Amino acid sequence: MLTRRHLVTAGAGLALGGSGLASRTAAAASINLPAALPEGARSSAILDALPGKKPLIKLSYRPPNYETPIEYFRTAITPNDAFFVRYHLSLIPEVDVSTWKLAVGGEGANGEAAFTLDDLKRLPSAELVAVNLCSGNRRGLFQPHVPGVEWSYGAMGCARWKGARLKDLLDKVGLKKEAIEIVFDGADSAVTDKTPDFIKSIPTWKAIEETTLIAYEMNGAPLPHLHGFPARLILPGWTGTYWMKHLTSIKAVTKPDTGFWMNPAYRIPLGRFPLVARFTSQETATNTPITEIVVNSLITDPTDGANVRMGPIKVGGIAWDGGYGISTVEVSSDGGKTWVAATLGEDLGRFAFRTFSYTLSPKARGKQTVMARATNKIGQTQTSELIHNPAGYHHNVVHSVTFNVT
Amino acid sequence: MRAWIILIAACAVPLVATAQEKPVQLKKAAGLATVEANCSGCHSLDYIVMNSPFPNAALWDAEVTKMIKAFGAPITDADAKVIADYLKQNYGS
Repeated sequence: MLTRRHLVTAGAGLALGGSGLASRTAAAASINLPAALPEGARSSAILDALPGKKPLIKLSYRPPNYETPIEYFRTAITPNDAFFVRYHLSLIPEVDVSTWKLAVGGEGANGEAAFTLDDLKRLPSAELVAVNLCSGNRRGLFQPHVPGVEWSYGAMGCARWKGARLKDLLDKVGLKKEAIEIVFDGADSAVTDKTPDFIKSIPTWKAIEETTLIAYEMNGAPLPHLHGFPARLILPGWTGTYWMKHLTSIKAVTKPDTGFWMNPAYRIPLGRFPLVARFTSQETATNTPITEIVVNSLITDPTDGANVRMGPIKVGGIAWDGGYGISTVEVSSDGGKTWVAATLGEDLGRFAFRTFSYTLSPKARGKQTVMARATNKIGQTQTSELIHNPAGYHHNVVHSVTFNVT
Repeated sequence: MRAWIILIAACAVPLVATAQEKPVQLKKAAGLATVEANCSGCHSLDYIVMNSPFPNAALWDAEVTKMIKAFGAPITDADAKVIADYLKQNYGS
């Protein structure tokens, strides 16, 4: 429900922006934050536009953490200027492409190479549609709350990515058979050099998959600055923590990476989540790095708290998973007692958002709740109760919205 | 503003803010200047508001310790105590 404060916030752009397009866009976006978020997150979040972006929901200015309002998820592709922004560190340089090079090598490789952006573009190109989802999406909904960026539903997006296959870059230097992980670094850094640089590794088996890309285009445009210009890792099916932006180096290693951002950061308890893809070189007796995205869905229509005219009501939304593909989305209008299959929209590939729709005929006026539950092609489905974990990852509790039928 | 100047002098680190970053006004109470001086160099202060008021005393202590031990924030023991007390008093449960 829009509170008075939220309306004031959304209207501010209109008052200041005059009659331009930007002001209308600002007014169109809403900041309909769920009541379950920490009170402080609700009170400090505002709609704010970063350079080149539409007004998004600002959770923190620096480093910039901005989530996408729900209305942009009515389509399977999220526009670049509405795509969520997430950074760990505050120094984010504008990369000069005329001097930028991506260094590839490491002690697990037979040689070294450096790629300019033109070099990357000369390699065979690949294109795919994939969801980039922050590991902590919906962290703010955890009860009890856990510290971190208190994301609501919008720390995710789905784009068409184009780039070179990582495998082709690695082939240029040659991998030793002992190469166990591939390590990525980007141009962003922390204010003090005592802060661990944001560095991530992935298992070699995942790195050489055909769908692992070094992307330089997003939805047909050069990668925007805030999405990793000039090139970033695209790791379809796995959470966004691995999708390193502003890539500067790729190293093959024969021993597991021991940096802070691999351990203790981005860990989930072993055995709690129904995951297939494992990152065994990083597993401990009790935990593992987060890997693939859990199956999930989001209702985009009607919105929570909306007033909807009596009559057939379109219930719509999106579903996604870690790359097995969505098989069904079911909708319940009786609190989960009975479920009816929704109609799935266009299939943009197994890593993409899949839209769904269902026409509800409410029996009476007044409050109506609908829930959506997605199942993927290997039979994984959403949970009805939160699997609580210390860092607030993998929230895929069935989404429900309540609206008023008038 | 005074806090920023102190921070620059103390840490000699570059301060980079996004162009549209607006000042975040935390609750005016004892310890605020220490919080602003030590915390705002690395991150905007909305991180504190966003992560409130749910943390209990132990959680705020753990967060301050994490900033120092895990993220290398150059905070003295005396300042760390002032910061933790401020957070517990003003943004805790």
